[in-house]
Amino acid sequence: MEKFDKVHGVAAPMPLINIDTDMIIPKVHLKTIKRSGLGVVLFDEMRYHDDGQENEEFVLNKPAYRQTEILVAGDNFGCGSSREHAPWAIKDFGIKVVISTSFADIFFNNCFKNGILPIVVEEEHHTILMEDAHKGENARMTVHLEDQQITTSDGVVIEFDIDPHRKHCLLNGLDDIGLTMEKDHHIDKFEDHASQARPWV
Amino acid sequence: MSPKTLYDKIWDAHVAHEADDGTCLLYIDRHLVHEVTSPQAFEGLRMAGRPVRAPEKTIAVPDHNVPTTADRVNGIENPESRIQVEALDKNAKDFGIHYYPVNDVRQGIVHIVGPEQGWTLPGMTVVCGDSHTATHGAFGALAHGIGTSEVEHVLATQTLIQKKSKNMKVEITGKLQPGVTAKDITLAVIGETGTAGGTGYVIEYCGEAIRDLSMEGRMTVCNMAIEGGARAGLIAPDETTYEYVKGRPHAPKGAQWEAALTWWKTLYTDDDAHFDKVITLRGEDIAPVVTWGTSPEDVLPITATVPNPEDFEGGKVDAARRSIEYMGLEAGQKLSDVEIDTVFIGSCTNGRIEDLRAAAEILKGKKVKDGMRAMVVPGSGLVRAQAEEEGLAEIFKEAGFEWRLAGCSMCLAMNPDQLQPGERCAATSNRNFEGRQGRGGRTHLLSPAMAAAAAITGRLTDVRELM
Ligand code: SF4
Repeated sequence: MEKFDKVHGVAAPMPLINIDTDMIIPKVHLKTIKRSGLGVVLFDEMRYHDDGQENEEFVLNKPAYRQTEILVAGDNFGCGSSREHAPWAIKDFGIKVVISTSFADIFFNNCFKNGILPIVVEEEHHTILMEDAHKGENARMTVHLEDQQITTSDGVVIEFDIDPHRKHCLLNGLDDIGLTMEKDHHIDKFEDHASQARPWV
Repeated sequence: MSPKTLYDKIWDAHVAHEADDGTCLLYIDRHLVHEVTSPQAFEGLRMAGRPVRAPEKTIAVPDHNVPTTADRVNGIENPESRIQVEALDKNAKDFGIHYYPVNDVRQGIVHIVGPEQGWTLPGMTVVCGDSHTATHGAFGALAHGIGTSEVEHVLATQTLIQKKSKNMKVEITGKLQPGVTAKDITLAVIGETGTAGGTGYVIEYCGEAIRDLSMEGRMTVCNMAIEGGARAGLIAPDETTYEYVKGRPHAPKGAQWEAALTWWKTLYTDDDAHFDKVITLRGEDIAPVVTWGTSPEDVLPITATVPNPEDFEGGKVDAARRSIEYMGLEAGQKLSDVEIDTVFIGSCTNGRIEDLRAAAEILKGKKVKDGMRAMVVPGSGLVRAQAEEEGLAEIFKEAGFEWRLAGCSMCLAMNPDQLQPGERCAATSNRNFEGRQGRGGRTHLLSPAMAAAAAITGRLTDVRELM
C-alpha cells in the first residue's frame, strides 16, 4: 500500500447524516472483477440523473470540488453492508481522508485496509471543518497524520486521535500483507526447514 | 511431551511465527483458487507489484460460474461469468500458477479436483476462497475457507494470520444400516450439534463408522463440517487414505512416497489427548435423513413428520415457523408425502464417482416421474469420464436425467441452473438457505441414493423401499 503522509487538498462538504454503503456504491456495481475503476460510480445515484447525465447540484460535480481529496461528512458515515467496494470507490475517486463525527464500524476498518484515513472529530470541530469545506477550491485543508493535526484554510489547528498501530501501518504503507512481509525471514526460515522435513510438499 | 490431537500436530508443524498474543502465521501448503473470490486479490497483487510467493503451491480452476451444458465449449454466453473466467485464465497465466481451464477434462469443482489430482495430501494446510474447503480434511489435512483479502494475503505471503481453534471430537461408533450413507452421517451430526455447535472448533471425526467409509464418503462428511459452524473437519489418514492418494499425478513417488508415508503414519490423536468437546453417535441409530427447513440443522429421518414450531425453544420457534412457511410445508405432514419437481445430483458434497454409483444403483432400469426435471452434474470432467466408462451415464440418461458437464451448477445457482420461485428440489448439495438454488426455490438436502429414489417416485422417499 502507498504510504500515507500529509494531504493538502480540496475538502468537500457532505453534511448529510447516515450516508450508507448503498449510497456510496449501489449493489449493481458489485459484480465487477476489479476494485479499481469504481471511482466513476462513487455516490452513483446522487451523482447522476437517471439518463446518465451528471447532476450539477451534487457537490462532487461542482467545478470547485472535482479534485476533492478530503470529505467532511455527516454523522454515522458508511453504515449498511460490509462491502469493501465502498472504500474501493472512495479511494479510486481520489479521496484520501474522510472526516465525520462517527463512522460505521466495518466501513471504518475497511478504510484502513485500503489506505484511507477516517477521522472522528468532536461536534464543535466538525462544525468548523464543515464551514471551511464550504469555501471551495481555494480553501485547502491540510491533514498531517504524523502530528495528528488538521489545519483549516484559515490556519485553525484541530488535533485528532488515532490508534497507534493503525497510524504506524498507514504511515508506513503497511496492510496485513505488508506487515506479514516484515516477517519474511520467519517465512523463509520455515520454508527452508519444511523443504527438508517434508520435501514432497 | 504432552499428548496431542491430530489438529495440534498439523498446526504445530505449520506455525511460521507466533506473536506474544498467540496470533500465528500459519504456513499454507496448498492454495486452491477459483474465479469468483479471486479477481480482486490478483488485482491487489498487480497494484502493489507483488508476485505470487509460491506459484507451484497454487492451483486454480473455474467452477462456480461456468455453465454445465454441452455448448460451453463454444464459449460462455453470460458476460459476467465469461469475464470472471477470462480473468482467471489471465491471472493463472500471468502469475504462473497451475491451471485447469474450463475445457480441460480435469476441470471440475475445486474441492474435487484438488484431491483427484493428488494436490491434497495428509498433514497439509489447505486453503481456498470458499467455505467448503473443509472437504480436504478427509485426508487429515487442515483445510479452511478464507475471504478475498485473505486470498490475497496467501498469494503474497503463503501464510495466513490465525489463532488456534479448540478441539472437538465427533465419534460415530459401530456400523451403518443399509441405505445409510456418509451424507446421512454428516447431516445427522449437524442435526445434533446445530449450525453453531462447532463454532470456534476444529472437528475430528472418528469411530468405526468413519473408518469404514471410503475416501469419497469421508470427503462428504468433512465437507459439511462448516455447516456445523466448525472451522475445519479432520479424519486421521489410514490405509484407505494412502490407497486413494498413491499414484495420483501430484502425489509423491518413490523414496519421497516412503518418506511421506513415514510422517503420515504419525498423524493421529494421541491417547489421552484433550478434546474441549465430545459428541458420540451410534452408527446403528442413524437413518436416511432429509432436511425440512432452511437451515442444514433442520434434519429429520425420512420416516418423520414436519415438526411443529411450538415444539422448539427460544429463537428457533420463529425460525422454524418462517422456514416451514418458506418451504410451503405444514406441521405434522409426513416428509415422505412431500412432492418434488426437481432433482439435483452433484456439488462438492456429493459429486464424486461413488455418489453417482449409489444413485445409478437405485435408478437402474427405472424412469424418473413424469414432468420431473432431473439433473446430474459430475464433480469433475474425470468423474464424468469414469461414469461414462462404467455405464452410469447411460443409466442416468435412460432414466430421464440430464447428463451435464462439471461445475458447481445448481448448488449455488450462479450459473443458469436455477430453481424458479416455489419449485421444490431434492438436492445432494450442502445448503438449503432461502434462495440458495434460485429466488424462492425450496431445497431438501439428502444423499445421492435418496435423491435418486425421489426422482423415481416424485416425492421424498425412503430409499430402503426401493432397495
Ligand atoms: S459445489 Fe457448491 S458448495 Fe461446493 S464449491 Fe461449488 S458452490 Fe461451493
